[in-house]
Formats: sequence, structure tokens, C-alpha cells
Amino acid sequence: MIDALTIAVGVTACALAAWCGFAAYRNEPTKDWHFIGMAVVSLLCVVQLIVAIVQLTGGHTPDKGTALFLAYLLGAVACVPATGFMSLSERTRWGSATVAAGSVVLAVLEVRLFDIWGGGSV
Amino acid sequence: MSETAPKTTAAGAAQESTVRDPATRLGAGPGRLLVTLYGVFTVAAASRSIYQLIAQYDRAPLAYLLSAGSALVYGFITFSLVRGGEGARRAAIVCCALELLGVVGIGTWTLVDPAAFADSTVWSYYGMDYLFIPVALPITGLMWLRRARTATA
Repeated sequence: MIDALTIAVGVTACALAAWCGFAAYRNEPTKDWHFIGMAVVSLLCVVQLIVAIVQLTGGHTPDKGTALFLAYLLGAVACVPATGFMSLSERTRWGSATVAAGSVVLAVLEVRLFDIWGGGSV
Repeated sequence: MSETAPKTTAAGAAQESTVRDPATRLGAGPGRLLVTLYGVFTVAAASRSIYQLIAQYDRAPLAYLLSAGSALVYGFITFSLVRGGEGARRAAIVCCALELLGVVGIGTWTLVDPAAFADSTVWSYYGMDYLFIPVALPITGLMWLRRARTATA
């Protein structure tokens, strides 16, 4: 795991949460721009997945277990796309709120991933 | 970018939602956010308890079995909210009440007798590990389920 990448995913997830939360506050559904934002965050998650798998096959063992790490990693990848699809069928402010909630969950998962991997050490 | 493609279907879905029948209303609007949160907690509690029950059952059987129990409750509520209808709404109310009792009960239990738990559960200390969402969720759930009835009546 590259720490910078973990931080990047966490920060963009928080930004997406704030953006979609603001849309929900303004009583707006998710728009094209929000979906581009979701795509960017999701893309970063996929890059993180690939990097992590490469490092796992390279022989690194996460501090708190490989199975636990993989479960969190897959959860992180699924988070934003899943809530994005939810907001497609819920064209109200609540669709935006759902994406915001999913992004917050992603940010929390990133903190846990950092911890499980063995924070700081590469 | 492919983001422009789903827009037409999205607009269609918006029109549909205005003529949506009451049976599916439980999972719409604010209910959609609840479904998402309950879904997240189902996955989190289930995967956590399955992993712990398989990998380290001997360490804290009580805690892991309680986590598995909470996963079942979350799963059932998620299913009820998605399914919709009066029967599902009543079942969800019972489960939300059970969930609230579980969070408050186990939360108090962990405070009074921490020695009983060698490892934490999803509901330990009122769900502190999960940003106290476990204690907020059944309350919002019950409020939403109550309102959903007055809306359909």
C-alpha cells in the first residue's frame, strides 16, 4: 500500500461526501458532475486495489491478516459505485445523501485499511 | 465519459417515482438512505462475525455470537425495507425495536461487566467502534417506519 494513495482516496472521498451532502442540503439529486466525481474516486479505489494486490503477491503480509485486509479492500472498491447506482434510481435529495453516506463509509474504510496494513510502514 | 448515458434512464426513474405504489415506498426517499446504511451494517456485521467465528472462535465466543445475531437483525431489516408493504413494515418495526434493545442492552452490559467480553461486538459501548451509528440507526428507522404508515394510510 502506498500511503499517499490511501490518503488521496480518503481525502477525495471526504470531498465527495461534502459535495453530495451539499447537494442533498440544497434539495438536489446527483447530477452528471457528481457522477464524474464518483468515477474519479472509484478509479482511485481500483488503482489502490491493483497496487495492494501486486504488493500482496510480492510477499507483504498485512499486520492484522490478509483475509481481513482483502475484505476491507473489496468493500472500499464497492462503496461509491454501489451508492452511485442507488442514487440513479432515487432522483431526489435522498439519492445525494446516500452517495454522501457511502463516501463517508469509504473514508472510514481507508483509515481501517491503513491500520490493518500496518500504518506507516511500507 | 459514460456518465451522460444513464441520464435518460434517471429521468425516467424520476417520473416513475411519482406514481410509485405504496408497497415499494418503504425503500424510497429517506428510506433509500436507511436501506443503504442497513445494507452497509449487514455486510460489516456479517463479514466481521463470520470471520471471527471461523478464525478465532475460542477467544470470545459470546461477543462473536452476539455480532452474528446483530448481523441477522440488520439483514432482516434491510430485506424488509427493500421488499416494502404493510407486513414488511410491521416486521421491520419489531426488528428495529429488537435492534434498539440489543444496542442499549449490550451497550450497558459492556459498561457494567467488561470482563464478560474478551473482544468487542458490533454493539459494544453503544456501537462506539462504529461512530455510534448503531444506536442512532434503530431510532431513525422507527421514526421512518412510523411516518411511512401515516403516508400510506
